[in-house]
Parts: sequence; C-alpha cells; structure tokens
Amino acid sequence: MTERDASESITRHALATAAIMTGFSLLATVMLVSMHFATRAPIAESEREAKLRLLEQVLPHSLYDNDLLQDSVRIAPGGELGNRDHTLAYRARLEGAVSAVILEATAPDGYSGDIRLLVAIRADGTLAGVRVLAHKETPGLGDYIDIAHSDWIRQNFDGQSLAKTPDDAWKVKKDGGQFDYMAGATITPRAVVKAVHKTLKYFDAHRQELLAAPAAKE
Amino acid sequence: MSQSYREIIENGLWKQNPGVVQLLGLCPTLAVTSTVVNGVSLGLATALVMAASNAAVAPVRKFVPAEIRIAVFILIIAALVTVIDLGMHAWFHALHATLGIFIPLIVTNCIVLARVEAFAAKNATAPSALDGLMMGLGLAIVLALLGGLRELVGKGTLLSGIDLALGPAAKQYVITVLPDYHGFLLAVLPPGAFIGLALLIAAKNWLDSRRAGSPATSPAAAVVQDH
Repeated sequence: MTERDASESITRHALATAAIMTGFSLLATVMLVSMHFATRAPIAESEREAKLRLLEQVLPHSLYDNDLLQDSVRIAPGGELGNRDHTLAYRARLEGAVSAVILEATAPDGYSGDIRLLVAIRADGTLAGVRVLAHKETPGLGDYIDIAHSDWIRQNFDGQSLAKTPDDAWKVKKDGGQFDYMAGATITPRAVVKAVHKTLKYFDAHRQELLAAPAAKE
Repeated sequence: MSQSYREIIENGLWKQNPGVVQLLGLCPTLAVTSTVVNGVSLGLATALVMAASNAAVAPVRKFVPAEIRIAVFILIIAALVTVIDLGMHAWFHALHATLGIFIPLIVTNCIVLARVEAFAAKNATAPSALDGLMMGLGLAIVLALLGGLRELVGKGTLLSGIDLALGPAAKQYVITVLPDYHGFLLAVLPPGAFIGLALLIAAKNWLDSRRAGSPATSPAAAVVQDH
C-alpha cells in the first residue's frame, strides 16, 4: 500500500464514521421533534390546569367570574416583591370590576433558599389567601408553612391587612409581633411573614397601576 | 457470552442487581426514595429507558464503529429519556413535578450506559431488551424497598402521594401504618437513604450467605464505579 492509498483510506474511514454519526443524530432529531409536537398541546394544557388549581386555592370562587389566566399584568424583576424573574399578577374580576389581585412573591431569606408565595389580595387591601408555591425548608420542621402539612398559613393570614395590623406587628411572636410560629423553626415563618407584609405594601403603593394596567399578552 | 433468558432474569433481579450489588446509579437511588411512590415511579421510568435503549442499540450494534459507539449510545439514551420526560410532563403532570430533575438525569445514570455497553452492544435484540428490563426492574425493586423503609420509619405511612401518579381518587389507597406517629426526620433526610441502602445490602448478603449454607463469610465486595 502506498502512502497515498493509506491516507485516502483514513479519509474514507473518517468520512464514513462522520456520516454514521450524522445519520444517528438526524434520526434522534426526527424522533424528538415529533415527540415535541405530539406533547406540546397536552403539556400546555396540564400546566394551565395546574396553575388554575393553584389560583383557585388562594381565591374563593365567589370572588371572580373571569378567566384568571387571561387577565394578567407583567411585573419586572428587582422590585419590592423580591422576584428574580418576570412574574405575572393575575386580576380577578366580578362583572368587570377588579375584585382581587393575585401576586407572586419571593421570600429570599428562608432557612434553605427562596420561598415562593402566591398572595391574593382583595381590592380593599385584605388578604384573601396565601399559599406556598415552592420551598426547600426542612421536612418535618419548617414545612408547616405548606398547606399540605398544616393550616398555619390560613390561620395567620386569611383576612389580614395593613389596616388591621400595624407595621411593627408584622413579625412572629418571638420577635414581638403577632404571628404564630412552631418551636424549632422560626426562620421559615419569619421569612414568610416578612414577604407577605412587603407584598401588601407593594399592592398598597402600586394599587392604581395594578388595577388599571391593560392585560399583558401571555 | 450468550446467556440463557433465565440467567439474564436472575442477574438483573438478584445476582447482579444494579442497586445493591453493582451499586450503579446511586445518585437517583438515594435522592428520590423518600416515599414508595417516588421510588417506584423513578424505578419504572428507568426500567423503561433501559429496556428501550438496550432494544434500540442491539439491532444497530454492527453499524456503529467502535470509535464513536459511546457517542451514539448516549445520543440514543438521551433521545429516549427526553421522549419519556415529555410524555410524563404531558400526561402525568403532578408526578413529573415531584420527580422533577431526576427524570432528565436518567441520562447520566451510569447503569443505563453500562448495560448498553456491556450487554446490548454484544448481544441480539431480544435478550438485550430483556436484560435492560430486568436490570431496570431490579433497580426499581430496590428503590421501592428503600422508599418503603424510609417512608414507614420517617412518616409512618405507605403509598403517600399516590394521588400524584393515579389522580385524586387514589388518595384512599394511602396506608397509615402508624397513626399519631410524629415522624423520624433522619429517615427522610439524605442520611436515611445511605443507612437504608446499607441495611438492604446487608440483608441481601445475609440471605446469600445463608442460602449458600456457609458461615457468614463476606461475599466479594461489589465493584463500585459510580460517578
């Protein structure tokens, strides 16, 4: 075999290998693209349902007659709400008038990482409901903020407002405020109380924009 | 190299069990097994991926040059895992939310690539598919036992969260084994996973040595080659 033949066969081998790799890649691409199209609609639908179920938890059905997911306002990150990404505020309407706003708040000072909250505030400034969307608090200790584990979040926040509770009472009892906590986990409720308080203040300060802004496109 | 179907089944479920003998893929094994439902779900998803990837690799094994075989195998595994991930997201949304990142991470579970490379690359399609399925089921059984152990000791229940997999109507299947149990946090936290797995390995070794009728000599240590 001459040197030229050898280098030609190496080239041929390399090309054949590349062709095979390309073939497998194309095959995988076709498979993934078709699966993506097959599941796109069901995924969007189940995400929508999951979101609606969450919104329904914080807001009684009697408070709205509109499609919550269609009426939202975009909130930029970095504001008083503590969100790190764009979030949506959903508006509940009864016969056209805004009856409540649902905001997503982030408590950055949980015991282990962010606690994400869903806060529903009636147009008059009282809390309709608060739920934990996501948290990484210690199972069995800090997780009583989750409705799946205890009623703490309902007992402490339903019906609360800035008018009812002065600013310096928005603390857990241990710190001289009026909110309950369970022994062994104070950092978690402290973060939640602080986040709900700042959400109410945000609503108070931005009331007009939230109620009047045109609905964002999803 | 060719094994009988019986040997393949025995190896996957017992002799070469990925969970307690080969100790491959410990990352999901330890992380997800806080309840039976989580363990079984991830176990079955992994078994499905293993059967499918072995079955997909075996028929094309002769067309894949040795130099690029790992790349092709990983490509096939990753595509299959993505398909299963999308499917679960579409049709088992709540369960998908619970298992979260661990479904895509099946790609990096070395037991999958290990079986493709060690078995499917050298055997015909049918035995390869069986090998993947049995190895996967062997892992699923370990995940189920470990999940059951941790859930029972940690929370005093079994099958909690089954409504995530089968819909809200399944909530009635949750078994409260120890009513008024205040829970034992250690079992649910990561150390509980290590302790539980160690107990399972010990139990298997004890059963093996008892069956062999020999005084409890230590069985050959498993080869640990995890990521």
